[in-house]
Amino acid sequence: MLKTFLIGIKDVKLAFRDRAALIFMLLAPFLLTLGMGLVTGRFSGSGSSGISDIPVVIVNLDDGEMGQALVDIFNSEELAELVEPNLGTSPEAARRQVDEDEVAAAIIIPAGFTRSIIPQQEDFANGDSEVVKIEMYANPARPTSAGIIKSILDEFMSRIEEGSLSGQTSILQMVISGRITPEQAEAAGEEMGKHLQDAPEDDTLAITLNTSTADGEEIKFDVLAFLAPGMALMFLMYTVSYGGRSILTEKSQGTLPRLLVSPTNATQILGGKVFGIFLTGAAQMLILIGTTSLLFQLKWGDALGVIVLVLVAVFGATGWGMLITALARTPAQVGSIGSAIMLIFGILGGSFISLDQMPPLVQTISRITPNAWALDGFTTLALGGTLANLSTPITALLTMGSILFVVSVIVFGRKNLAQK
Amino acid sequence: MANILEVQNLTKNYGDFPAVKGISFSIKEGEIFSLLGPNGAGKTTTISMLSTLYAPTSGNATIAGHSVTKQPMDVRNAIGVIPQDLALYEDLSARENLTFWGQMYGLSGASLKNRVEEVLGQIGLVDKAKDRIKTYSGGMKRRVNIGVGLLHKPKLLFMDEPTVGIDPQSRRAILDTVKDLNKQGMTVLYTTHYMEEAEELSDRVGIIDHGELIAIGTQKELTKQVGETETLILHIGENEDPEALVTAFKGIKDVLEANVVDHEISVITHSAKDVLASVVMKANERGIKIHSIDIREPNLEAVFLHLTGRALRD
Repeated sequence: MLKTFLIGIKDVKLAFRDRAALIFMLLAPFLLTLGMGLVTGRFSGSGSSGISDIPVVIVNLDDGEMGQALVDIFNSEELAELVEPNLGTSPEAARRQVDEDEVAAAIIIPAGFTRSIIPQQEDFANGDSEVVKIEMYANPARPTSAGIIKSILDEFMSRIEEGSLSGQTSILQMVISGRITPEQAEAAGEEMGKHLQDAPEDDTLAITLNTSTADGEEIKFDVLAFLAPGMALMFLMYTVSYGGRSILTEKSQGTLPRLLVSPTNATQILGGKVFGIFLTGAAQMLILIGTTSLLFQLKWGDALGVIVLVLVAVFGATGWGMLITALARTPAQVGSIGSAIMLIFGILGGSFISLDQMPPLVQTISRITPNAWALDGFTTLALGGTLANLSTPITALLTMGSILFVVSVIVFGRKNLAQK
Repeated sequence: MANILEVQNLTKNYGDFPAVKGISFSIKEGEIFSLLGPNGAGKTTTISMLSTLYAPTSGNATIAGHSVTKQPMDVRNAIGVIPQDLALYEDLSARENLTFWGQMYGLSGASLKNRVEEVLGQIGLVDKAKDRIKTYSGGMKRRVNIGVGLLHKPKLLFMDEPTVGIDPQSRRAILDTVKDLNKQGMTVLYTTHYMEEAEELSDRVGIIDHGELIAIGTQKELTKQVGETETLILHIGENEDPEALVTAFKGIKDVLEANVVDHEISVITHSAKDVLASVVMKANERGIKIHSIDIREPNLEAVFLHLTGRALRD
């Protein structure tokens, strides 16, 4: 175990002393992020997320103010570039549109939604306080867009819940204190509801593409929150193939055979090499995250979520690095295959163009890349998600890495590591 | 002295190609034993099997009582290996390289630190210890390459052609290091295709060719196989045709063998002075100018020539 660790540390040291590798590992993704940030106007304050006109269908079955308020938000000027809402009449038709990949999500506002938030007089009398929930039917093929729609919806709901809770508490207190009679409660509730609906005009309900973290911190969806992880993940593939290449380089340069004649077994050596690739990749990602956070004030989101996601993304990517190495015969082959994979995975994984804007087949194929899963996770975190929201990408990346490791070990087992 | 290495019918085939053909020999503790043979003779393959890098196709060897096939970890702890090609991390310094390799041999803490400094002193690189290997000259790299093999004070040191491709000064330093190590009690298995190195260093020599150990013994024992012979080495111009001359020399009475090596003609005879006049005459008859003639006592080159009909450098 100690030797495995020492071999890994040695490889990290070698990687970070290789100037050419440093350019690809750190400088290139940083400069590309910077360049794309400039192109998208992020640094001039006119940034767009690169994601626009997300198609969404809204079916409003509610006849009250709250349902209409949600429709108005989706049609607001602030979200005009981001979403392209259409009003539907039938929930079934709306869901069908999602199934047929015509829209990123369907939002179905049920009848009685407003009333469940602002109870009427008879509701007080009957003790009827059934909670009516808005349904969001998300398109799994468009995870990023669906995530954005959900974040808008979450924001709306959190404001409504805050308003409803405080409103109900206030009305109850007014009834208890005798300031109003139970009969006047309905009118007071309606008044509060109107206030909530009118609130956008005085900015208290301004729904932009914002969500709240658990501790209430405001997080804006930043174009760089999409670009930076995209670039970092693309060049992570370079790092893992560079690490894999070092196995074959050590073989041809004689240090691997020398290790094999020392009292160190092949498992320790291979484990050390994998550990080195993993550590190098994780260090690369964390340096890029730290740098973009400091220099671009980019908020990556929940810190724990980011760290865990980085580790599982590097794990998945390392699996690919090992497989490439196991299949290649020379360091040069790993280099060329690795570069090709880096670009292909970068494009497929959504580093340049949002996956939601790609054909369904490409979106499906993209799931073989660690980039796509990790980018989903980073987008979720940037939109205010936490570690708890990352179960799908984490599971996918862990599964991917595990399968690739098993396959790589089988292929390596058939190779003679000692032969130069 | 007990045998530290015993090799029994060691064989290695690469597919249908037999690289090592059932060789057997032993090395006593404290000896310098050289495996002498031309390139491709099977020297490196033999060392690779003895150092547990390659599994033998058949046969076995024991080192310090441990089987190379059954107890490879014990064998690895007992041996040091200095490979033919440099096997170092160029982006690490000499000290970092030695420290890493020391850790791979199980050294740690103060004993590792002390041993690294000792070895740096031994290879004369204390002042350059912080510099990265890639900034070193070829000779300095070779010294670090040797230092790595000495870190854990092995009982048996394998040195696989450690002087190939280096300047004479570094070569001299390496040969002196081998002798010093041996004086300190280290047993050395040294492979080379340079006859002079084997002659200078070895207590005993094994001559290997085409994967077979064709002779083994002390230098005296080996040269006896050739008999009481002398060798004339004729240096001729580069534009001259030595082959015709060799054919002519073979017709001279008392010439036992004649060969061409690097545009030099070697003539083996029982008495150099008896054939010298005839040799010069034959060259004159063909209009070939002889630049110089050396007369050599029997040596390992002659033994190899005698046993194989070829020169070591062929």
